[in-house]
Amino acid sequence: MRRTLPIFGVLAVLLVAIAVVNPFFLEPAGFLGFVKRAAPLVILAAGQYFVIVSGEFDLSVGSLVTVEVVVAARLIDGDESLTWPVLGLLLVLGLLVGLVNGAVTTLLRVPSFITTLGMMLILSGAVFLWTGGAPRGALSQGFRAFGRGSLGPIPWSVLILLAVGVAAVLLMRADFGRTLVATGDNERAAALSGVRVDRARILAFVLSGLAAAVAGILLGGFAGVSAQVGQGLEFQAITAVVLGGVVLGGGRGSVVAAMAGALTLEALFTLLNLYGISGALEFTVQGVIIIAAVAAGALRLPFRLRAST
Amino acid sequence: MSESEQIGAVPARTPPFWRTRGSSPAGVVFLALAGVILIGWVLVAARGGQFLSLENLVGVQQRSAALGIVAIGQTLAILAGSLDLSVAYLISLSSLVAAETMAGRDGNIVIAVAAVAGISAAVGLVNGLVITKLRVHPFIATFGVALIIKGVLDHLYDGPAGKVPESFQHLGYDRLGPLPVSAILWAAVAVAAWFLLRRTTLGHRIYAVGGDQEVARLSGVRTDRVLIVTHVLCSLCAGIAGLLLASRLGAGAPTVGTDGGYDLESIAAVVLGGTALAGGRGGVGGTVGGVLLLATLDSVFNQMEVNSFFKDVVRGVVIVTAVAIYARRKHGRRA
Repeated sequence: MRRTLPIFGVLAVLLVAIAVVNPFFLEPAGFLGFVKRAAPLVILAAGQYFVIVSGEFDLSVGSLVTVEVVVAARLIDGDESLTWPVLGLLLVLGLLVGLVNGAVTTLLRVPSFITTLGMMLILSGAVFLWTGGAPRGALSQGFRAFGRGSLGPIPWSVLILLAVGVAAVLLMRADFGRTLVATGDNERAAALSGVRVDRARILAFVLSGLAAAVAGILLGGFAGVSAQVGQGLEFQAITAVVLGGVVLGGGRGSVVAAMAGALTLEALFTLLNLYGISGALEFTVQGVIIIAAVAAGALRLPFRLRAST
Repeated sequence: MSESEQIGAVPARTPPFWRTRGSSPAGVVFLALAGVILIGWVLVAARGGQFLSLENLVGVQQRSAALGIVAIGQTLAILAGSLDLSVAYLISLSSLVAAETMAGRDGNIVIAVAAVAGISAAVGLVNGLVITKLRVHPFIATFGVALIIKGVLDHLYDGPAGKVPESFQHLGYDRLGPLPVSAILWAAVAVAAWFLLRRTTLGHRIYAVGGDQEVARLSGVRTDRVLIVTHVLCSLCAGIAGLLLASRLGAGAPTVGTDGGYDLESIAAVVLGGTALAGGRGGVGGTVGGVLLLATLDSVFNQMEVNSFFKDVVRGVVIVTAVAIYARRKHGRRA
């Protein structure tokens, strides 16, 4: 638990820094706007957390988000009555992709890096094969409401984010969470003590697929239909999770910290924009900060170990 | 410290590297390659084309040279238990440095090559130092470095820049007999890497570090140094690929590396060649087979005029299937 504290400190500092430059950020509307913008990445980070804490990677979420948005646009094609059936279909699609990722990784013993890299190629190839190279059709107003509309003063995406967050925390507190962390920490020990390791991992991939589906639904409404909507999101989600102090390789870190990592990343983007650092150099700053943040976490680790043993 | 003093500290569960080296499934990838060539030949012949024409073979070699060189470097990094996600941006950076330094003058070629070598070695050094001294996971470290290079590139360049003199373009387009110069360059890099891995102490240490870093360290291998040198070599390979692409384009381009997808594609080629992603097992031969397999697939698709999106689907299926087959052959151990 102690390992998760630094990220909240960093997040607080960044939020204060944003508020200093832009006082509007302190008003409910300003802050909710920020959370609304961050919601898809935070949800993706929660999904990626399950996979990473079990000792695997999911590189397919970025293209899965693109697929969800493109499929939704093509199927709905502006028809309001199709909104709900397609929403259901999108969730099933995310679930199926996660299931295949998980099954190939565990049952066929393909390293998840390769499984999900292959899935990334297959998904982006297949969806544009289907639509003929470019996104087609249009989303309905009802569909777009999730990403851009609000219930009273609170955007739908913030409510959905809260629901996902609560669900993720409850899952990690349940038996499933403990078996998942045990699997990532020491697969063999977990298996010997009766954990169904493969099943836990498959479920983690399914959760990641579902998270990508939800993130895709939100992004479709928020950002609209494009072939680039999910580009690079897999790396951003992994970065967010690692920023939250979750160890690549599994077994350590909390889901709340992973989601805080995503908020931190989003706050960082906002801050860089506010300080007028040009769009290009933003990447450089981001790279330095990611390495520095992870290095700070890694360098502290040996002292902890010595203190605790 | 000599290795023999410490040898007793090595737990028995890690097989010695001279045994692990022989068991790479490099043979499988060449079998698959033969199969793809056969299928391609049949399919293309059925349409009245000629698959094994000289022109087509040269095309395959030329397409694969740049990816091949990057993949050789990536093989070293992966064998050492690391990986490098920064190669694509480094390729773009190298192509720009080369073309800008040459500025169309023959006299500047040597300086330009030296500049590219210097910059790529520096990037490799940073990768290696961040991974070993700051203890950042290679995935994050090299991704962070990739972002840093991307930011610099986007900041400085909007499009192609610099100019490569005609004499340097021979590297990209000339042939010696049936062999393109670029393919010979690729072969030279591959042979050098093969020699390094099989015949030198450093090569044996790369396998040892990738097999089990802690065991290697206890046996007296300076693991940090091995990892750093490996990353420098990997980045140098990316630099060479950047030079090759600059000579093809006649200029440097800020997107040449990412458009080719050289980061993930090179990792895919290495893994297709039977090198374990976890490190310590595999070799250069398999990687060459993996790259040729990807290039041959590409060539078959081109001749059949297959939709490029369909290509991606098949490529994804091939990569996952191949690795699933390898995993089946060495079941019991998981990567």
